[in-house]
Amino acid sequence: MQVKKTYEEINRKIERGEAVVLTAEEVSEMAQSLPPSEIVKKVDVVTTATFGPMCSSGAFINFGHTDPPMRMENITLNEVPVYGGVAAVDAYIGATSESETRQGYGGAHVIEDLVAGKSIGIKCRGKGTDCYPRREYQGTIDKHSVKEIFMFNPRNAYQNYCAAVNGTNKTIYTYMGVLLPRMGNLTYSTSGELSPLLNDPFLRTIGVGTRIFLGGAQGFVGWKGTQFRTDVERNKYGIPVKNAATLSVIGNIKEMSTDYIRAAYFEKYGVTLFVGIGIPIPVLDEDMAARVSVNNKQIETTIIDYGSPGRDELGRISYRDLLSGSIRLMGRKIRTAPLSSLSVARNIAAELAARITDGSFKLTQPVQELTALGI
Amino acid sequence: MKKKYVLTFPPEATNEPVTFRLVKDFGLEINILRAEINAGQEGKLLLEIKSRKEELENGLKYLESRKIGYAPVSDEIMFNAQQCIHCGSCTAVCFSGALEMDPHNRNLLFSPEKCIACGLCTKACPLRLFNLEFAS
Repeated sequence: MQVKKTYEEINRKIERGEAVVLTAEEVSEMAQSLPPSEIVKKVDVVTTATFGPMCSSGAFINFGHTDPPMRMENITLNEVPVYGGVAAVDAYIGATSESETRQGYGGAHVIEDLVAGKSIGIKCRGKGTDCYPRREYQGTIDKHSVKEIFMFNPRNAYQNYCAAVNGTNKTIYTYMGVLLPRMGNLTYSTSGELSPLLNDPFLRTIGVGTRIFLGGAQGFVGWKGTQFRTDVERNKYGIPVKNAATLSVIGNIKEMSTDYIRAAYFEKYGVTLFVGIGIPIPVLDEDMAARVSVNNKQIETTIIDYGSPGRDELGRISYRDLLSGSIRLMGRKIRTAPLSSLSVARNIAAELAARITDGSFKLTQPVQELTALGI
Repeated sequence: MKKKYVLTFPPEATNEPVTFRLVKDFGLEINILRAEINAGQEGKLLLEIKSRKEELENGLKYLESRKIGYAPVSDEIMFNAQQCIHCGSCTAVCFSGALEMDPHNRNLLFSPEKCIACGLCTKACPLRLFNLEFAS
């Protein structure tokens, strides 16, 4: 008889301290000797994780009202412009917004500094209205002084991402790192068999309302991410071989840690934010057991020439080969390098597994499938 | 033995054929990896030196006598390892093998003795954790 488990059954096991929780890498290893029909009997939850640069990130912040009150406009935090086109003392800090005075410092650094508990300078103007008479404010804030500050990232956790090379004769500086001329190197940016959406390629268990690990805090999937796609070519293991699904995620910055949220600056590209995301996947049945068994040999991505105007596709490669440090492309050996940290992703997967095991992190059934949200 | 040194030339020393002397008079086998030398100004020279210990010591004494500074190449590159997130971006540009990912734990392995002070990592690191004296 086929084993089937519900979210409630798995959560009860978690409450009783009986749930078997493994990381996606551990399950991939287990799957070398056990079929999905056995894995579904042995494993209840699989933790997945990623820690990579995710530009489409940011945070909503409510500063609290000044006295006299003010309708804040032209707001900067540590000289970084933030978006104030929402209610009087609400704003959105975009991760890639850059300082007007300090090269290499931007919204991502403001967010990291806030997560770290550091004090941030605020400057803003107001036009002075009957209900908001104040016209100018300058002061400092930190994560404790503001009313609310929550991360709200429009697009994170890409389900696969194309690898990058540069076929031109000069070095190019991109969000995929420094790409050396004449295909002198190749960069890639997912955590492979540990990556969340590669372990649930058809998004059966990850949807609106899914509780996740976000930057150290408990966060949630809020919506499908921007540029979400499901019509991408898949290989025989059901893995999309290019950029496909994405997630929009939300979480409380006051509960986050700089172990999992870090600002970055890519040379001649700009500021971005490394975001740590962990997602638990319930092993509901044999199909999910097969999905989480996927390994780096089976996960493939497409190689793109970032130097070509049309972003030419040059071939397909497995993560096993990418992780080996070099690949062969067009008869040449090319050095490969990651941009996302597998080391930190492993820490996240282990931390999430520990939280589930100790009962402090429960699984949630999505309230809506991402694929049902409409285009 | 093989070692990499960065030589720092005071302005008055740039007129002397120092490298020639090191080869001819002290028998050092030298490979020049990088040079920034302009007459009348301070200059730097990155050398890989292959020699026996005694020959090397004599060569270094000669450098001292000419007031030419020397330091292992590892002193030139500063790496703030504590802040590293092991993303691996720097390994994309490091061809000397000084920066590599550990195949098991996927942490960054930094071997400063392999560094050739090319400086590419200072731009490739998204956290700006490398600082190179040679280029600054």
